[in-house]
Amino acid sequence: MGAVLAAVLGASLAGCSSTGGKRAEERAKAAEAGRPAVSTPRWTFAMVTHAGDGDTFWDIVQKGAKEAAAKDNINFVYAHDDQAQQQAQFVQNAIDQKVDGIVVSLAKPEALKDVLAKAVKAGIPVITVNSGSAQSAEYGALTHIGQDEVIAGEAVGTELDKRGKKRAVCVLHEQGNVGHEQRCAGAKKTFSGTMENLYVEGTNMPSVQAAIQAQLQADPSIDAIVTLGAPFAPTAVKAKDAAGSKAEVDTFDLNASVARDLKSGALGFAVDQQPYLQGYEAIDLLWLYRYNANVLGGGRPVLTGPQIVTAAEAAKLEEYIKRGSR
Amino acid sequence: MSAVAPVGGRDERLAPTSTLRKLLARPELGSVVGAVAVFVFFSIAAPSFLQASSLSTVLYSASTIGIMAAPVALLMIGGEFDLSAGVMVTTSALVSSMFSYQMTANVWVGVGVSLLVTLAIGFFNGFMLTRTKLPSFIITLGTFLMLTGLNLGFTKLITGTVSTKTIADMEGFSSARALFASQWNIGSVTLKVTILWWFAIVAVATWILLRTRAGNWIFAVGGGADAARATGVPVVKTRIGLYMGVALCAWISGQHILFSFDVVQSGEGVGNEFLYIIAAVIGGCLMTGGYGSAIGSAVGAFIFGMTSNGIVYAQWNPDWFKFFLGAMLLLATLLNAWVRKRAEATK
Repeated sequence: MGAVLAAVLGASLAGCSSTGGKRAEERAKAAEAGRPAVSTPRWTFAMVTHAGDGDTFWDIVQKGAKEAAAKDNINFVYAHDDQAQQQAQFVQNAIDQKVDGIVVSLAKPEALKDVLAKAVKAGIPVITVNSGSAQSAEYGALTHIGQDEVIAGEAVGTELDKRGKKRAVCVLHEQGNVGHEQRCAGAKKTFSGTMENLYVEGTNMPSVQAAIQAQLQADPSIDAIVTLGAPFAPTAVKAKDAAGSKAEVDTFDLNASVARDLKSGALGFAVDQQPYLQGYEAIDLLWLYRYNANVLGGGRPVLTGPQIVTAAEAAKLEEYIKRGSR
Repeated sequence: MSAVAPVGGRDERLAPTSTLRKLLARPELGSVVGAVAVFVFFSIAAPSFLQASSLSTVLYSASTIGIMAAPVALLMIGGEFDLSAGVMVTTSALVSSMFSYQMTANVWVGVGVSLLVTLAIGFFNGFMLTRTKLPSFIITLGTFLMLTGLNLGFTKLITGTVSTKTIADMEGFSSARALFASQWNIGSVTLKVTILWWFAIVAVATWILLRTRAGNWIFAVGGGADAARATGVPVVKTRIGLYMGVALCAWISGQHILFSFDVVQSGEGVGNEFLYIIAAVIGGCLMTGGYGSAIGSAVGAFIFGMTSNGIVYAQWNPDWFKFFLGAMLLLATLLNAWVRKRAEATK
């Protein structure tokens, strides 16, 4: 037993990598400032989102929020659930705890209407992020920070036209998500070719690949595939290769493998909504409101996207993506 | 335990049992001990847990699970499972909302139609089970998948989107809301009507189990269907009745979701069936049937409510919630088994 352990340790020490890995990550972490830069009291801000478990995108939002909280001397509390009832429950929990501010995503606005009214009545400032720009002001939130999904979709349609595409597939990986429907609808609106929706089971990657593959085999004239989440882009590329199709894969959102594939040309473009900014700004704006009664946006949503990212920008963004902030 | 005093000259089966021993033999005892432990734990770990407003939130959270856990407990005592219970709640809400909207009917018409549809699903589960002799796990797994698909498919087909349209401006909405989703504010405390529904359902379920002939049938069917049939218990009727009981409560839960949120998302409810089963098991139901209680399911739901909210009040990362739930399920079941053994040993 001891001998085996020693052998493993020895081997891992002898075989050090001078690039990447945990050590590079630690160096990057040490470079980030983790001390508060202000002397305001330690307020507690709660963030409640509709994210499912283990979601990359929301992880980045959370990172932005956490780093803003560290700067602004905020005690940051996070809770999430993809079921509306549970999300409303978490907002109620935050009110019970008498937090000093609430950040909430309104993917299912009606479900949160009553509980947000309660928060406003209790005098807790609310900022909505990511989804729910239409309801934000009506429910008494100070500001909405996010990307208008229809506008983002329209940007995709325009970009596809620019690239001379004729037949596109929009891959929806979450049945029941209103924002996803809006993205595909927006893309359809501005795209002069034809676009079809393909519903796949996002929690099951092999079945996602099989579904896209089947679609490409059934219709060889498809020349563009648009996925709605970064993790699905590499899968779509695999499906394309397996089906022997020449279609270009484009995606919403970024992650490390998307950046790599953009650089290598395996992906056409990505539409970024800067999740880091959504989390960071939400906390920072709550702090500003508490500290100085500032409100941003003039009653209109503050947009964090869409940003079209192509091979040229991908190279620059790669290191930020690697550290998990883009 | 003190030794039993020998009863001179009388049949030992007629010996009076002490109140303590009666208590020890109750299926829910283990879960009550667990609930006290969880309560004390979060009272120390989370300062805001003990506020009246927080406790009312915990009760509400428990009631949303408990309303379903009680009929699921009865079903498990009857020796069967229902994996379709979670999505059935969503189905019931969707039917109610979409029927009212599409027919431009009074909201109560939708509520009535939804009751019939949900009961029909429950009947289908029970009927298929008794007819095919397949395990209920398979039958209701099929129903679960079919309902999940129907929820998404029908909603998209009828409304063109993935959620229902608002019915808040239609006639009957406010009276239906009063019945299914009203709340009373007493100072900072909000008491929701689901808590009353929950207590009522648990009371009725307990009465059925312990005071009626149907209750004896449920225990008999769960204990051994063939023996029960041989002694004249209507096995088929009992099983179908149990599934319809689950459906009835799914309807109540579904209407609550509809009238508190006004809009229903078609993809929700998946996975909740396990929460109901967990609540029933923590409350002392055996997976093999023939043993358990409705009060236990309520205690199980209360433990669930305390945990899911307590983690938030303690300001821990909710990523750990599922881990706690699993660990608690194991601990509670072990405790139940241990208490049951002790109770049987001292009989």
